[in-house]
Amino acid sequence: MTATDPPRTQAPSLFTRARRRLTWVDSFLWVIRVGAVLLIAWGLIGSIQRFTAGLGPTGSQWRDLLVAAIAFGAMYGLIAIGYSMVYGVLGFINFAHGEVFMSGAFIGYFAATALSNGGLWQSNPIIAMLLTLLVSMATSTFMAVLVERVAYRRLRSSPRLIPLITSIGVSFFLQYSFLGLFGATVRTYPTLPPFMTGNIDILGVPVQRSQLLVIVVAAVAMSGLWQFVTRTKTGRAMRAVAEDKEIAALMGINVDRTIVTTFAVGGAMAGIAGMLYGQLYGVSFFMGFLPGIKAFTAAVLGGIGVIPGAMAGGVLLGLFEGVGPLLILGGLGIASPSQLRDAVAFSALVLVLIFRPSGLFGEAVGAEDRA
Amino acid sequence: MSASTAPAATIGTDEWPGPLLEIRDLKKNFGGIQALGGVDFTVERGSIVSVIGPNGAGKTSFFNVISGLFPPDEGEIYFKGEDIAGLAPNQITDRRLARTFQNVKLFPNLTVLENVMVGRHCRTRSGAWDAILQTPRYRREQKETEEYAREVLSFFGSRLAGYRLEQPAFVLSYANRRRLEIARAMATAPDLLLLDEPTAGMNPRETLELTELIGRLRSDKGFTVVLIEHDMKVVADVSDRVTVFDHGVRLAEGTYAEVSTDDKVIEAYLGRPADEEKTA
Repeated sequence: MTATDPPRTQAPSLFTRARRRLTWVDSFLWVIRVGAVLLIAWGLIGSIQRFTAGLGPTGSQWRDLLVAAIAFGAMYGLIAIGYSMVYGVLGFINFAHGEVFMSGAFIGYFAATALSNGGLWQSNPIIAMLLTLLVSMATSTFMAVLVERVAYRRLRSSPRLIPLITSIGVSFFLQYSFLGLFGATVRTYPTLPPFMTGNIDILGVPVQRSQLLVIVVAAVAMSGLWQFVTRTKTGRAMRAVAEDKEIAALMGINVDRTIVTTFAVGGAMAGIAGMLYGQLYGVSFFMGFLPGIKAFTAAVLGGIGVIPGAMAGGVLLGLFEGVGPLLILGGLGIASPSQLRDAVAFSALVLVLIFRPSGLFGEAVGAEDRA
Repeated sequence: MSASTAPAATIGTDEWPGPLLEIRDLKKNFGGIQALGGVDFTVERGSIVSVIGPNGAGKTSFFNVISGLFPPDEGEIYFKGEDIAGLAPNQITDRRLARTFQNVKLFPNLTVLENVMVGRHCRTRSGAWDAILQTPRYRREQKETEEYAREVLSFFGSRLAGYRLEQPAFVLSYANRRRLEIARAMATAPDLLLLDEPTAGMNPRETLELTELIGRLRSDKGFTVVLIEHDMKVVADVSDRVTVFDHGVRLAEGTYAEVSTDDKVIEAYLGRPADEEKTA
């Protein structure tokens, strides 16, 4: 203020301050971010232009794509819950979860075939499908619990990479066990009863009944799970174990049993997804691989360890890969873009993580740092 | 008095006539470092006992071994006459012994009410199937658990009430986290409550409030309390007996007046006067 004050450098402008903090990696990421937004916008505009010009899919085709994508996404979400819950409690990715899903679908197929041969599938399809669903859930639950008991429990205190590698081993073991036992053929569930095929009008929008079934069953299962986790004693115990196993044990919670319950619940969800997927697309020993990886992607997309994140991530991933190729790549003028659906799905993951590294619903700060 | 002479039928029950907690020659080493070097310790039912000692004296290790986080290397821990040494933490909690931590350990993403409800769960019996099938027992227990949790929290007056019950624990102030941790331990309905530095980091007013609260834990709730404490005013105010630890052994035991004038205790805390050092 006064004349005796020593001279100082001029305060930098806001822009200069921001630039001084910017590292090389930051600038690179910003280029990718802006580039991605521009590319997507370009693709969208192209699609709209093509649509107004009468090219590409028609309005009703878009609608069917959308419904199919949601149905697919709902199944991803159901599987993703298993990845997310196990990660939340034990901190590793259970890569054998895709095979848990496969085993449920597979044994569900045998149940459905037996019911079909016995005539119940035709005479009383709703009860038959419910029974199949129960068999499928029970198989996957059993398989998830078995894998935890045999493969993971003894590794509880070892570094996290070790159960991770083990889970990949378990995954191969289960795949090739099913190959050895049942062969490599793709088997299809008995055909759905007539009232389950064709379209149904919902608010004037025709929707395929089989896909509606998937969406409804998945929604019921997810809301049931949400109630279970947030409202019940066992659910609270699971969340307590996920936050701090040692303290949970001091609160009188049986940590081993709670971990088993977590695997069981994740397995049951995978079993539901398995039956739904199986009756739409058939079953084979290898069917667990890609849905498993996609569901893992969905779990990461939504924020791994967070259950609503897994559900939302699944539906989003279904939308990305179901609608994204035609909407974005089609708009960019790429021929037969639907073949690139897997590439689009994983690109979507990379993009979401560039914009939000903790996933959509994930916590940026770990629980340990906060309390 | 000792574990062997009392009638066997009362072991592990509230009818046990001997001391609530009786520890003999407890030893624990961590990789060659002696944390506990043969501790004897007795707590009578209904008393408040303070454990004091310089930093690194083994006080927290002592709590960790009693509560089952680490099994002891040697020695016996009789709780209501039953040897609980080497049991898992949840088994020890089932036998009605609870603790809090020096560095507060809550479930940060659970709400205040849920934190306390988790503490209560070990006293309910319904399992996952009861919840899925919504059995009457499950609904009754669920309702009771929530009511009980609210009642426990009401022990802290207006500190943990109203809108705070639905907040996640990580938003609470430091003092409230300490209160919540005590509430959660209370919810397990313990006979013996171990408090590890309950007033650490609190301001003088909060410390005073907590001192009064520790007294009420005994008078209102009937808990027997063992606390580790560094604030000598708190120790003097609440404790019937004071045990002094140093280098993993018990240095002195008695009333506050007795131990505070004990030469060995003064030496452990303050060191030896300079003129005596040469002659010793």
